[in-house]
Amino acid sequence: MPEKNPIVTFKDIEKVYRGGNVAIEHVNLTINQGDFVCFIGRSGSGKTTAMRMINRMLEPSGGVILYNGEDIHKTDAVKLRRQIGYVIQNIGLMPHMTIYENITLVPKLLKWPEEKRRKKAEELIKLVELPEDFLERYPSELSGGQQQRVGVIRALAADQDLILMDEPFGALDPITRESLQELVKHLQEKLGKTVVFVTHDMDEALKLATQIVVMDSGHVIQNATPSEILQHPANSFVEELIGEDRLMQARADVTTVSEIMLKNPVSITPGRSLVEAIRLMRKRRVDTLLVTDDDNYLKGYIDIETLDKSYRHATSVSDILNTKIFYVVDDTLLRDTVDRILKRGLKYVPVVDHAGKLRGIVTRAAIVDMVYDTIWGDSDAEEGAPGLENTENKDNPTKSDSASSSKEV
Amino acid sequence: MIDFLNQHGSELVTKTWEQLYISGIALALGITIAVPLGVILTRFGKTAKVVIGIASMLQTVPSLALLALMIPIFGIGKIPAIIALFIYSLLPILRNTYIGMEDVDPILKDSAKGMGMTPLQSVLKVEIPMAIPVIMAGIRLSAVYVIAWATLASYIGAGGLGDLIFNGLNLFQPDLIIGGTIPVTLLALLADYLLGRLEKWLTPVSLRS
Repeated sequence: MPEKNPIVTFKDIEKVYRGGNVAIEHVNLTINQGDFVCFIGRSGSGKTTAMRMINRMLEPSGGVILYNGEDIHKTDAVKLRRQIGYVIQNIGLMPHMTIYENITLVPKLLKWPEEKRRKKAEELIKLVELPEDFLERYPSELSGGQQQRVGVIRALAADQDLILMDEPFGALDPITRESLQELVKHLQEKLGKTVVFVTHDMDEALKLATQIVVMDSGHVIQNATPSEILQHPANSFVEELIGEDRLMQARADVTTVSEIMLKNPVSITPGRSLVEAIRLMRKRRVDTLLVTDDDNYLKGYIDIETLDKSYRHATSVSDILNTKIFYVVDDTLLRDTVDRILKRGLKYVPVVDHAGKLRGIVTRAAIVDMVYDTIWGDSDAEEGAPGLENTENKDNPTKSDSASSSKEV
Repeated sequence: MIDFLNQHGSELVTKTWEQLYISGIALALGITIAVPLGVILTRFGKTAKVVIGIASMLQTVPSLALLALMIPIFGIGKIPAIIALFIYSLLPILRNTYIGMEDVDPILKDSAKGMGMTPLQSVLKVEIPMAIPVIMAGIRLSAVYVIAWATLASYIGAGGLGDLIFNGLNLFQPDLIIGGTIPVTLLALLADYLLGRLEKWLTPVSLRS
């Protein structure tokens, strides 16, 4: 990852309201330039409080917040706020000002010349796909979605690098919300802005964020990328927030082959005799043997058909070795492997590491387990009514002869 | 009617001017003090209640008594009358300014602050424009009151149309009473109308109903 510049840093931030209500406790956080950070949590988790401290709408009771390396407490609050875009849930457009006046409010405060303001407004209104003559209208003449589009560009008008958004799409209908999410994500990437986005909607966070900060009762529970959060939720609270459906969906997307492969596949070295091979097959109840050299590098396979045809004139495994073998590397995503196994009609796929050493196999039975878990959940598989067969399947990975079961499928 | 105007025409003009002058100054003073005070009070919640309480109390003093009370302090004439009327004009303007400012959507105030407006910019560019209809309603109410009550000011020697009315009473001349009352009513109506126009002009375009 390239080195990123922190734009906002929370150092041991605390916020205690009068009456002793603790809103934020010991929060340490770094927000990097160009990141899309989502603060997510239930109401009262301190997510909005944390965001509002960045532009000094609220002052922390303890700790330091750095903005571009400077302690914001030592800067002029008004100047600071003019550098930071601010979008709120209720849009907050000034009803007595035209859209033009609303968009160029901060530039006007910064005393930009009229010409420059006009140009900026025209440029921005095009960016959010609204007609230019909207500039002369009043907010009440626009729909909620259109108003929030204006709300978003108002926060960009003075070329702010950092934009704070407090549940900006919470009050919009789902379709409008979706189009605005796409718009904001697109603008953020295109313009390279840093966004701090407060939401209670995990879908929204997963869709938009490059970094998700999960908060609960004033603490940061987890601070990670969306895929890290999905793969490794810090605790049951985060899991609950993500929701079972998403976790299950996420598992198929992020599980690697090595996580579900069966270890200890039945293998044999090329130098062994066919007699030894057939004994091994009989003992382990399999019809195929993977062939590896002494260092466990995968060489190919032998199966019972070939062995049956050629045991009269061949003596060692290497004589009937079939080297045309399809295999996968252990960090491949399961999602991709499942497709191959099912499409090619393979009974199993050997798994090798990057060096080519045999590590295990993925069998159809393991995929059945996976699909079963996705549909019914882990707990059901262990205690549910149809558990008998599945318990067997689940046990397979621990048994060394598991390969055989796959081959009988 | 013609006779009355011939006889009292010039007096009527002078007295109407006096009436206008007394109430105009009282109202102007009232606006100058009460509007800024109302705005300032919105920043001090607890003090606001006390101040508005005092203003309400002053309002309950009978108008004639208030005028009479001015005599020991300021003597007689126009100045005590203007002061008394000014006190009367305070409450409606103060209260409406306060309520109008308080009623401005907190979201807009938050938005104004969050975008980097100074408190003064927020008051002048956001809160007052939004509160103008309510503030103006208070001013119009005060104007009508002050013009009507200025009639009583003649009792403490301030002049105005009250002179005609009281003369009519003393001399038992109903035409003088009517001749004094009608201009007062017309003045009050005219003031209300003009202030209504002003209100419309001051109200931001998008907020006009």
